[in-house]
Amino acid sequence: MGGFVRGRMIARRIIQALPVLFGVVLVTFLLTRALPGDPAAYFAGPAADAKSIAQIRESLGLDRPLPEQFWLYLKDLATGDLGVSISTGQPVMAELARRLPASLELTLGALLISLAIAVPMGVLAATRPGRPIDHFCRILATAGVSLPTFFTGLALLFIFYYLLGWAPAPIGRLDFAYLPPDPVTGFYVIDALLAGDTETAVAAFSQLILPMATLALFTLAPITRMTRGAMLQALGSDFIRTAKAAGLSRRKIIGRYAFQNAMLPVVTTLGMVFSFTLGANVLVEKVFAWPGIGSFAVEALVVSDYAAVQGFVLSMALLFVCLNLAIDILYTLIDPRVSIDG
Amino acid sequence: MTAAAAQHPLVAVDGLTVEFTTRDGIVTAVSDVSFSLAPGETLGIVGESGSGKSVTSYALMRILDDNGRVAAGDISYSGVDLVAADDKTMRAIRGREISMIFQNPRSALNPIRKVGDQIADVLRQHGMAAGVEARRRAVALLETVRIQQPEARYHAYPHELSGGMCQRVVIALALACEPRVLIADEPTTGLDVTTQKTILDLVRDLAGERGMSMALITHDLGLAAEYCDRLIVMKAGKVVEAASTEALFNNPQHAYTRALIRATPRRGARLRSLLPENDPRRGQPQPEANLRQGDSAAGGQPLVSVKELVKSFAPAASGLPFLKPKAPATPAVRAVDAISFDIWPGESVGLVGESGCGKSTTSLMLMRLLDPTSGSILFEGEDIAATPSGRFPKHPMRSKLQMVFQDPTDSLNPRFTAQQCIADPVARLGGLSGRKAIADRAAELADMVRFPRGLLDRFPHQLSGGQKARVGIARALALRPSFLVLDEPTAALDVSVQAVVLNLLADLRSELGLTYLFVSHDLTVVRLLCERVIVMRAGKIIEQGRTDDVMDNPQSDYTATLLAASPQPPAALL
Repeated sequence: MGGFVRGRMIARRIIQALPVLFGVVLVTFLLTRALPGDPAAYFAGPAADAKSIAQIRESLGLDRPLPEQFWLYLKDLATGDLGVSISTGQPVMAELARRLPASLELTLGALLISLAIAVPMGVLAATRPGRPIDHFCRILATAGVSLPTFFTGLALLFIFYYLLGWAPAPIGRLDFAYLPPDPVTGFYVIDALLAGDTETAVAAFSQLILPMATLALFTLAPITRMTRGAMLQALGSDFIRTAKAAGLSRRKIIGRYAFQNAMLPVVTTLGMVFSFTLGANVLVEKVFAWPGIGSFAVEALVVSDYAAVQGFVLSMALLFVCLNLAIDILYTLIDPRVSIDG
Repeated sequence: MTAAAAQHPLVAVDGLTVEFTTRDGIVTAVSDVSFSLAPGETLGIVGESGSGKSVTSYALMRILDDNGRVAAGDISYSGVDLVAADDKTMRAIRGREISMIFQNPRSALNPIRKVGDQIADVLRQHGMAAGVEARRRAVALLETVRIQQPEARYHAYPHELSGGMCQRVVIALALACEPRVLIADEPTTGLDVTTQKTILDLVRDLAGERGMSMALITHDLGLAAEYCDRLIVMKAGKVVEAASTEALFNNPQHAYTRALIRATPRRGARLRSLLPENDPRRGQPQPEANLRQGDSAAGGQPLVSVKELVKSFAPAASGLPFLKPKAPATPAVRAVDAISFDIWPGESVGLVGESGCGKSTTSLMLMRLLDPTSGSILFEGEDIAATPSGRFPKHPMRSKLQMVFQDPTDSLNPRFTAQQCIADPVARLGGLSGRKAIADRAAELADMVRFPRGLLDRFPHQLSGGQKARVGIARALALRPSFLVLDEPTAALDVSVQAVVLNLLADLRSELGLTYLFVSHDLTVVRLLCERVIVMRAGKIIEQGRTDDVMDNPQSDYTATLLAASPQPPAALL
């Protein structure tokens, strides 16, 4: 298959994502309107009378018909204006721009750690089924997924912060002694390194370790099990028998022939794991006082903060669409069998 | 014993016993097997499924599954003890000294690695070539196995190649390091007869040029007879007979060998003569075709009349209308290209051709499981093609046309007992109600296909291949059809079981006055069962006529090629 065909395939995938995005915008808009609670009443404060509430409703545009509200919303969206959060008084866009990188840094870091441990573990378990290493992997993975994240987080804090004093206090992304680095990627560790400030990078990383470990433990199980299963299946295939009969080395058979094939289902699983990790983030962010997007969304929801909730749902949806797109593209790159419609 | 075998053997297997540890305890798959392979000799290892022929070769290569082990016996290759050899020695021998080619060539290759790279991997592993040189050698090897445009094919993935091409790649891979012994494990199962012939001729030529010894593992006696100097016959893990090919066919010593030779369809054989010696039906006359109308009789009406039937498949379209690829629009593929034929009541018509010729598409359209693009299918004078396949289950003709499927295992619901499988159509369309009435009908159908009533409450995985085939036939008969499409009903069966099932089908046709369309790639089998034959190629009918006329005096070159390619065991004296 030529690069041209593949390029066109990827371009087509990207175009196909556009209607999905529009659907997401529409559904979030309608959903937030369907939520109980009157933002105008909340905004006006407890002392307001019916007239001032109506005034505020008018100033927020909530008295107009729904299609018109939607049209205005779309126009604002096009200019990057997501409205102002009622609870914090900040533009939602600014809030998201500040908080999304915090959540992503945590989630991606956790997934990297999890992958670095779970994939080799899965491979080891698959090449030695029924042996002690296999049982050990199963126990570790089961324990990781059985314990709720807030419990693991608290337990890790108790041990490594309170008892041993190795970890810094759970006070967010950076100790007060340091200034946040100039934002480039929004990831503190990377930004600090880019600025050449190793000290801040280390400080930011040390804040990250415990929450990342908490999330990583949670995601070990699905990745390990998937890797093990996919490896076992790949190792049982006919082409592995051919490779063995041709005298290829064990390393080549396991590392190249079986592993590459086993990675296909693992990549698919990874997309799902990523989305539920973002969900699990909320609790971890609370425990570690992490200024992420999850805690922001929960607070906004409680007070019917339309603009904030809409902004949150929209950015999440955008993230997932991009993620699935990335995984599809990755898949077409590693699996030559994926067809144009596949 | 041939002159070659008298020399010092290259491979010697002595008293080999292989055991597998399973949930039900230890199972002995191969016991006390001995044979030897002389330089330059071709040995055939023949046996039906479960005879241990593949396990023997895996033991030789030491690629048994983890739960299998050599429990006793010796295997030596040119003085090296292969049972005791360490892994490093074995890796050096595999691929370099002894190579193997497998059945299912497509799945025998890594699906996400370029075929050329897979060959280069083997060359690099054995230090035969490195870097660019490995690539150049791989291209040369592709050329050796007569792959056109080897440079371009180097970059192909297995799914882009046909089954025959994939097998050539597997052969190139096996021959890469010029081994001295080649083990071919059912190398052509699932390939068309013409492809089978080219592949095996190729292997024989290459082995001859290089003076390689070869072990050909097969269930097909005809194939073994054509390509092997010497044969060993295996049954249930044991060698029952070993002799030169000529001696084995002229004077088979063991009763099993005789049964196997007898059951193998060959030119001039009759259905009854395939049955084992002790079968009571052997003596009975061949069941007569219940022809109510001669195929040329005037005035009668054909049961099925197909006119200008076309099925074209549009090229894959994009999910969104405005994203359809504009540039070179691939034309629609005409899988079935304006074919017309008649089937008369009581007839058995063979539909033969190689894979991709459109015979399966034709049978699916006749069965009304697939809608034709154009053309008509008249059944008892009524155009059943006018009813879309989605609505056909409610059509009154539905119960009159039934089908027996190719794979007896895959076509039965694994969670249904034999009784449920047979009773399912009765309960849905048979017009019977009440548990007792349905059970009685199922038992009656079981008797009809000689399926033991005592096995009716078993699940498919508890039945043998032949028993599953009978369940499939009983299910097709459940609605008292007048027309059956038999889609390679014996292709997945061992020859001895095939012999019995073919006789059963012939008996049922005569007893119930059925009409058959027998879809098959096996011309010899078609000849046994069918009065008329239709030969298809690339969606068109190449030739049709009385079976004997077509086969003895083919009018088209294509039919002649097909006939010449199908292997025939030597006419035995049985």
